[in-house]
Amino acid sequence: MLFYCFKRLLGMVPVFFGVTLLSFFIIQLAPGKPTDRLTDLNPRITPEARARLEQYYGLDKPIIIQYVAWLSRVVRFDFGTSFSSDARPVLEKIWDRSVPVLDRRLMVTFLINVISFVLIMIVAVPVGVLAAYRPHSWIDRITSVVVFVGFAAPKFWIALLLMMLFSVTLGWFPISGIKSLHYASLSETAQYLDRLRHLALPVFVSACGGIAGISRYLRASMLETLSSDFIVTARAKGLPESTVVFRHALRNALLPIITLLGLSVPGFVAGSVIFETIFGIPGMGQLSYQAIMMRDYPVIMGLLCITALLTMIGNLIADVCYAYSDPRIRMR
Amino acid sequence: MNETIHMILRNRLAVAGGGIVLLLCSVALCAPILAPYDCNAIDVTAILLPPSVHHPCGTDELGRDVFSRMLFGARISLAVGFVAVGIATVLGVLVGALAGYYGRWIDSVLMRWVDTMLCVPDIFLILTVIAFIGEGIVNVMAVIGATSWMGVARLVRAEFLSLKEREFVLAARAAGAGDARIIFLHILPNALGPVFVSAILGVASAVLLESALSFLGLGVQPPDPSWGNILMEGKDNIEIAWWLSVFPGLAILVTVLGYNMLGEGLEDILQPRFKNRRY
Repeated sequence: MLFYCFKRLLGMVPVFFGVTLLSFFIIQLAPGKPTDRLTDLNPRITPEARARLEQYYGLDKPIIIQYVAWLSRVVRFDFGTSFSSDARPVLEKIWDRSVPVLDRRLMVTFLINVISFVLIMIVAVPVGVLAAYRPHSWIDRITSVVVFVGFAAPKFWIALLLMMLFSVTLGWFPISGIKSLHYASLSETAQYLDRLRHLALPVFVSACGGIAGISRYLRASMLETLSSDFIVTARAKGLPESTVVFRHALRNALLPIITLLGLSVPGFVAGSVIFETIFGIPGMGQLSYQAIMMRDYPVIMGLLCITALLTMIGNLIADVCYAYSDPRIRMR
Repeated sequence: MNETIHMILRNRLAVAGGGIVLLLCSVALCAPILAPYDCNAIDVTAILLPPSVHHPCGTDELGRDVFSRMLFGARISLAVGFVAVGIATVLGVLVGALAGYYGRWIDSVLMRWVDTMLCVPDIFLILTVIAFIGEGIVNVMAVIGATSWMGVARLVRAEFLSLKEREFVLAARAAGAGDARIIFLHILPNALGPVFVSAILGVASAVLLESALSFLGLGVQPPDPSWGNILMEGKDNIEIAWWLSVFPGLAILVTVLGYNMLGEGLEDILQPRFKNRRY
């Protein structure tokens, strides 16, 4: 098992290297120099100051040297400072120690995704099991239709419709942000409730696609498991149907879902970009959108590397869990 | 051949999906005939009118007829879908074929590259590239194509791995066929079924991506109409004009649904064993 983990860790190295190459290459696509944004709008800039800035960012050196210098800083988790007016280090923008933990960008995005993940599992597992237990029944048909529609509906459109219904018409949930204006004056319990009210719509939007995907996948996986020999054996032994379905079948059917979750980390991050922009949630997604719009190179490159790293860690955890629960995998 | 057509016609999912796709393509082709108004005609006397007999889907901030704009939007979204998928399929087939056929270090390098691309969230990559090289339909097509070939590559590689061991490949080689001939004329035609299915499903996700990009303001730029950029106006007017948000979204939903149904239906017909691999 330890050997397996080590092997997988080693396998991550070339991929991370590839990601840094990719993000470095993308930055080279940009017209002009990264410092143009700092200099172009300044009427008093002198050629000397321009040269000094370029030297400061190492832009006067050959591309290979720039890449190596940047990479050597990246592996030490130093992504440089943002080009935006606050000029803060990239890491501090993501994990700002001066604000409460719940307000830090990485935490906000992480929380929304974790809550929606729990929601996905709570809804998708029973739906998938039911649909597989009685295939082609009315419940299977209805969920199939809902799943197909859920796949096809753009997330941002669902977000718009929900905002229109629940925020504009009914006024149940706030339309954007993660806390109310009068947040500071609330009692502690009320503060948590206030946050939850703000999170309701974003969580639902980000869970939609996952519910559709996981329930459909689980249905297929359950159908396969339910027709295998050990299920026949379990039934022949006279075990109660609930034990057969939940203990014997579901456990095995859930296995492939583990790897699926590892693979869906980039999907979660991509989803965050869209719903955080729509709902005005100060998380990683909104930060990346703003950084991209402002051509804030250090932040873009830092975020690319960090999300890739998170994805790889997600994949690793999924693979390790999978190998842990299924010894056959370790042997390969 | 006849049998294949019969099998397709018996699959209700494929028929329904195919019907939707055909309808959409003909609507897109006939947009200039069907549209009641010029899609860019500004009418200051008809700003943000709700749906009525004259404007079946209402009007937008500039008094343009939303229904006409949606008809022309269908053209753009289908064009983006087809071209982007074309690019992605060609790239994916090339990478997958090379990796699967030659194996060894070529395979390792190419597949590590696939892993790398899969590690980066697509929308993030696309947004960044678009922000740098500029918006516009052509760029959107190219970038979506260049970031969505990985699935096809993996699929083609897997097919090649098993097909290249078969006897007909050995026979071709014995007959003196070169690598290129074996790859493209002998193995590839046998691997095209799943590629075709994944291309159809790919159109659906390209349409979704294009609308998301246009919605975020980095895709098709106004005054060119696109379902995504009408929705962007819908968001700005969310408190007063529900029709700007509802109708274009429905159009996207139906389109994506059509392609997904056609793709899944064909998948059932072509290779039942393939069913679970796509997630």
